[in-house]
Amino acid sequence: MDNFSPEIPASQFDPSALRNYQLDEAFDEMFAGASAFRPHYQPLLDHFAGLPPQEIQRRKQAADLSFLNQGITFTVYGREEGTERIFPYDLLPRIITRDGWSTVERGLTQRITALNLFLKDIYTDGRILADGIVPRELVYSCPQFRRHMIGLQVPRNVYIAICGTDLIRLENGDFVVLEDNLRVPSGVSYMLTNRRVMKRIFPQLFRHYNVRPIEQYTQMLLGTLRSLSPEGRPEPNIVLLSPGVFNSAYFEHAYLARQMGIELVEGRDLMVHDNVCYMRNTSGLSRVDVIYRRVDDDFIDPLSFRPDSCLGVAGLFNCYRAGNVTLANAFGTGVADDKALYAFVPDIIRYYLSEEPILKNVETYLCMRDKEREYVLANLDKLVVKAVGESGGYGMLIGPQSTAKERELFADKIKANPRNYIAQPTISFSRAPCLIGDTLEPRHVDLRPYVLYGDKVTIVPGGLTRVALKQGSLVVNSSQGGGSKDTWVLSE
Amino acid sequence: MLSRVADSLYWMSRYLERAEHTTRMLDVNLNLMLDESSTSSERRWQRVLQALGKPKRVKWDDNPYELTRTLTFDTGVKASVLSCIIAARENSRHVREQISTEQWHRLNSLYLEVTRPELQTSMQMQAQFESDETPAAFLQQVMEAVHQFQGVTDSTMSHGEGWQFIQVGRSLERASATAMLLEAYQEDLWAEPGGVDGNEYLEWMGLLRSATAFEAYCKVYTADLTPERILEFLLLDPEFPHSLRFSIDAMQQALSAIDRSGGGGSRTEPLSRLAGRVYASLAYTSVDEILDQGVVPYLRRIQTQCSEIHNTIYQLYIDYSIQSALTGSSN
Repeated sequence: MDNFSPEIPASQFDPSALRNYQLDEAFDEMFAGASAFRPHYQPLLDHFAGLPPQEIQRRKQAADLSFLNQGITFTVYGREEGTERIFPYDLLPRIITRDGWSTVERGLTQRITALNLFLKDIYTDGRILADGIVPRELVYSCPQFRRHMIGLQVPRNVYIAICGTDLIRLENGDFVVLEDNLRVPSGVSYMLTNRRVMKRIFPQLFRHYNVRPIEQYTQMLLGTLRSLSPEGRPEPNIVLLSPGVFNSAYFEHAYLARQMGIELVEGRDLMVHDNVCYMRNTSGLSRVDVIYRRVDDDFIDPLSFRPDSCLGVAGLFNCYRAGNVTLANAFGTGVADDKALYAFVPDIIRYYLSEEPILKNVETYLCMRDKEREYVLANLDKLVVKAVGESGGYGMLIGPQSTAKERELFADKIKANPRNYIAQPTISFSRAPCLIGDTLEPRHVDLRPYVLYGDKVTIVPGGLTRVALKQGSLVVNSSQGGGSKDTWVLSE
Repeated sequence: MLSRVADSLYWMSRYLERAEHTTRMLDVNLNLMLDESSTSSERRWQRVLQALGKPKRVKWDDNPYELTRTLTFDTGVKASVLSCIIAARENSRHVREQISTEQWHRLNSLYLEVTRPELQTSMQMQAQFESDETPAAFLQQVMEAVHQFQGVTDSTMSHGEGWQFIQVGRSLERASATAMLLEAYQEDLWAEPGGVDGNEYLEWMGLLRSATAFEAYCKVYTADLTPERILEFLLLDPEFPHSLRFSIDAMQQALSAIDRSGGGGSRTEPLSRLAGRVYASLAYTSVDEILDQGVVPYLRRIQTQCSEIHNTIYQLYIDYSIQSALTGSSN
C-alpha cells in the first residue's frame, strides 16, 4: 500500500498541524480523497484553525481534569488491588451525517427485532432449527445457551432489552456489524459524559453543528425497564444489580443508577423468598420488580448457574421463572452473540422478517466447517482469528501483526477445538482525525450505538466511538490501550 | 435505605473516630513522656494499651517509639491508625454514591497521605534511634483531617438517614472509648487522695487531654483539678462533646431520627428502651452516687450497654432475620 499525504485545501488552517496525517486504503472520516475535506468536517477544522495551539492544549487539559474530578475511571484487571485509570479521551468529535445515521438506525432496529425473534424461537418452538437455517449443534453447543429458559414466557417477548452493537466502516464507507453485545454491554456512561465534557469545552462549535441530543438516554432506559415490569406491578421497583465496587464498570453502574434515580444494589442486598425478590432496607424488606442486571448469567444465581458465585442471588432464576421479577437482559441471550452464530445473523434476518439485512456482516469463516477451517489454517497470516466466547479484545490473533510462533500456537488451539474459533479477513476499518500532541493524525475508530427494546425500539443518535490510540493499532478496547471520542450525529 | 449502605456508613464513621482517638492517645502520651514523672514508662504505655481495649498482637517492648509506630502504621494490627483509615476508606468506597464528593476527597486524600511509603520509613528510623523528634506533626495532621471530614460531612451531606447512621457510629464509638479511657485511668486517678503534687497534676492533665477536655474543663471548674470533678466532667457534662452523657445523648437523638424516617412502630422499641436506659443512668445521677456504687462497675455496665445497642442496631436494621421482616412487611 502506498501512503500519501493529503494536499491541504485552501483555508486559513495551519497545514503543519496535518504534517503527520497519512492516508492509506482505509476509509477516512475527514478526507474524501487526497485533496478534499468531507464538507461536514470543514467547520470543525476551521474552528480549530482559529484556536492557537496553547488554547487547544488548555482545553484538552480542562477536559482531562473534568474526567478525573468526576471519577470517570475504569479498573484494569490483573494489577494489584484494581488500579483505577481514566479512560483516554480524544478532543475531536467524530461526525456522522444524517443519512449515514438513518441507515444505521434502520439496520440496528431490524437486527435487534430479528435477534429477539430468534431467541424466542430457539427457546420455544425451534422452527429455525427444524428448517435447517441455523445448525442445531451450533446452538446447543454454545456455552451461553440456557436450557433453563426453554418454554418460558418472557415479558413482551423481549429477551434483549439493551444491546450495544459494534459497527465499523469498510473501505467504501459502509457501516457493517462487527459484533453484537447482547449480554451486559457497557460503555454508555462514557458516551454520556463525553458529550457533557464536549459541550462545556466547545460550546460555540457544538451549537454551530446542530448535533442531535443524547442526554435523554437514561430516561429512555428507565422507560424501557418500566415497560417490562411484571404484570400487576404498575409502579415497579426498579434496581440496578452490580457485581460491586471491584468490577471494571462500577463507575458506570453507579452513574446510571444515580441518573435514573434507582437503587444500586449488589447480590447480597437482594433475597428471594417464596419466589418473590426483596431488597434489604433498614426499614425492612421491599419487593423488587425489575432488575437491570450488570452481572453475567453465570454468576447471577448460585442455585441455577455457577454454585461458586458470591455475586448472585440464590433463587433468582426461579423467581424470574415464576414471573415475579423481570431481568433485563433475560437469561441466555448470549447464545445470539456467540461469534460463530454471528455468521448466521443475515440468514436469521431473512428468515423472520423476509427482508434483506440493511447492515451487512463482516465475512466470517467458521472453523467448525472443514473447508473453512482448512482455508483459515492456510491463511493465518492474513486473518483475524477470534475465540467465540471471549470479549474485550482478549483471546484473538491478528494475523498480519503476529509472529510465526503465535500462529503455530493458535493453529493447535483451532485444531483442538474448532467450534471455539472463527476467522475474519483483516479489515482496515475507518479512521478519524485525533489530536496527537499538537498535530492531527488519523486513528482507527469503531462505533457502538446503544439500542433499547421495550414497548418499542429506541436508539439515541450516536453512541460510543472508540479509538485505537496507538498508531496503526486495530484494537479499540479500553483494556488494550483504546480511548474514546464524542460522536455527533447531525440533524441536517 | 439499603441495609448494606447503612452498615458501611456506620463503620466508616466508627473507624474514623477510632483512628482519631488512637492518634490522640499516642500524641498526648508521647508528649507527657518528656516530663519527669514517677509514673514508669511501662505503666504509662500499658495504660494506653488498656484504654485502647488491649489491641491484639501489640505488646509493650520497652520502646515507646516502636509501640507508637506499631499502633500507627502496622497494618497487621487491626487497631492501628492506618488499619482504621484503610477500613474507613474501604467502607466509603462501597457507598461512594451515597456520600458527597467533598467527603470522598477529604477521606481519600487522608488515605493517600498516610499510605505514602516515605512516611513509614521515617517513622521506622525514629523508632530505631529513639530520636527526640516525635511524630507529633504527623499525628496532628491525622486528627485535623478527621475533624475536617466531620465538618465536610455536616455541611455537604443531606442530614437524612445516612447522615444519622454516621452520627450513631461516631457517638457509640466515642462513648465506648471514653468509658474505656476512664477505666484505664481509674487506679491512678485515686492513687494519692489528698494533696496534689506536680506529678499527679500532669497525669490528670493527660487524661483530660486524651479526651480533648482540658480547656473545656478549665472553663467550667478552672484549672483546679480534682479526681471527682474530672470524673464528673467526663461522665456527666451535658455540653462537652466527648463526655459520655453528650455522646449517648447524640446517639439517642440519631437513633430516634432513624426510627422516625422508617415509620417508627413497635419494631424498634427494644432499641429505644436500651438507649433510653443508658442515657437515664447518665442524665439522672450525680458523681457522688456513682462513687458510692463503685466507678469501675458503673463504667463496665455502660460498655456492656453500648455493645448491646450495637447488636440491637444490627438486629433491627442490618442483619435482621428474613422471617421477622416478612411478617412485618405488607408489600
